[in-house]
Amino acid sequence: MKIIGSGSALPKQVVTNDDLCKILDTSDEWIVTHTGISSRRILKDETVYELGALAAKRALEEANADAESVDLMICSNVISDYVTPAPGCFIAGALGYTGQTLDINGACTGFLKALDAADSAIRAGKARRVLIIAAEQPSALCDWTDRSSCILFGDGAGAVLLEDSGEGECLSTVLRTEFNAEFLNVEMPANNNPFSERKGEGRWLQMNGQEVYRFAVSSCVSDLNEAAQKAGVALESVDWFLLHQANQRILNAARTRLHLPKEKFPGNIAACGNTSSACIPLLIDEMRKDGRLRDGQTIALSAFGAGLTHGAAVLRL
Amino acid sequence: MTFEKVAQIIADYKDIDAASIKPESTFAELGVDSLDTVELIMSFEDTFGGTIEMSPDLKTVADIVALIDAQQA
Repeated sequence: MKIIGSGSALPKQVVTNDDLCKILDTSDEWIVTHTGISSRRILKDETVYELGALAAKRALEEANADAESVDLMICSNVISDYVTPAPGCFIAGALGYTGQTLDINGACTGFLKALDAADSAIRAGKARRVLIIAAEQPSALCDWTDRSSCILFGDGAGAVLLEDSGEGECLSTVLRTEFNAEFLNVEMPANNNPFSERKGEGRWLQMNGQEVYRFAVSSCVSDLNEAAQKAGVALESVDWFLLHQANQRILNAARTRLHLPKEKFPGNIAACGNTSSACIPLLIDEMRKDGRLRDGQTIALSAFGAGLTHGAAVLRL
Repeated sequence: MTFEKVAQIIADYKDIDAASIKPESTFAELGVDSLDTVELIMSFEDTFGGTIEMSPDLKTVADIVALIDAQQA
C-alpha cells in the first residue's frame, strides 16, 4: 500500500492567541507554554466539506489521478453542518465521485482507523485505490466561553491517496477501544419527541484535561511499542514518529518515555492546533512536499482520542 | 524514605534543588501546573507501583507521600 498523493486544506482565517485574549481570560504565554499552540485556523464562511474536497483534489492532482479511478473513499469526521448526508457524500459530490464512500466518526483516532480499513480493503483485493480524507471542524464542538477547551482546537483537512502498488506497505496497526464517556464527550440535545423520556440541552465539549493527558501519554507509548514489535522493527530504526497533535506536552512526555530523539518527532501544532483526525494527514502532506518523507523510509503513527480510542501504525513508504 | 524519593523526582522534573522542597510545599509554590501534576503522578506510579488517583485533595508534597505510604502498607 503506497501513498501516491497527498493534499492539505486549511481555512483562510487565522486566529492567534492574542485574538483569543480578546474574548477569553487567557494569555499567549499561558497557551504556548501549556499547549505549544501559537495560532490555529478556524472556518469562517467556508464549509468543512469544501475543505475536505480541496484536500482530496490536491491529493488526486499530485497523483495525476481522476476521482473515478478511486475504488473506495473513506471520510473521517466528527462534526459537520449536517448529520446526514454524511460528510463523505458532500465531498463525493464536490469531486464528481460516485463510488463507495465510508464515513468514520473516529474522533482523533479517525485517520488511523481509516488507514487500517484502507489497508484491509487493498489486501482483500476489493480496492486498488483508496482515498482517505480527514476533514475536521472541532471548533464547532467547543463552548467558546470555556478557555480550557476552545483554545486547543483548529480546523483543517488532510487527504492521502493510497494505491496497491510499489514497495510501500502498512507493516502493522494497533487499534484499541477503552470506553469512557466521562473524560471526553460532546452530548447531543434531546428533541421534542413526546414519546421519549430523554431530555436535556446537550453540552459542548467536556474534557478532563489531566485524565486525558494521562491516557494519551500512556497509550501512545504502549501502542508504539506494540506496533513496532508487530512490524518486526526496532523503534530506534524508525525514521519519523507522526503523533496526533493534541498538545505539545503530550508529545514531549511520550518521546521522553520512549527515549527517542526530538528530531524524529515533527509537528504542526504551533500553527494548526489540534485538528482532530486531520493532524496526521496534514503532517504527512507537509513532510512529503518538503522532502522529509521519502520512499523507503519507515514511519510510525500514533493517535488517541474520544471513546476512548487509540492506536498506532508502522508504515514503510 | 518516601519523602526523599518524591522530592528528588520533583526536583529532577522541575530542575530545582531537592533541598528546597518541604512536606508542606504546595504544587503551586513549586511551579507545578495541572499537567506537571499528572506527569509527576505517572513517575511516582512508575517508581512506587500502584495507581494514584488524581484528586483536587492532592495539594502538597505531604499529601502525595501519605497516599504512597498508605498504598505501600
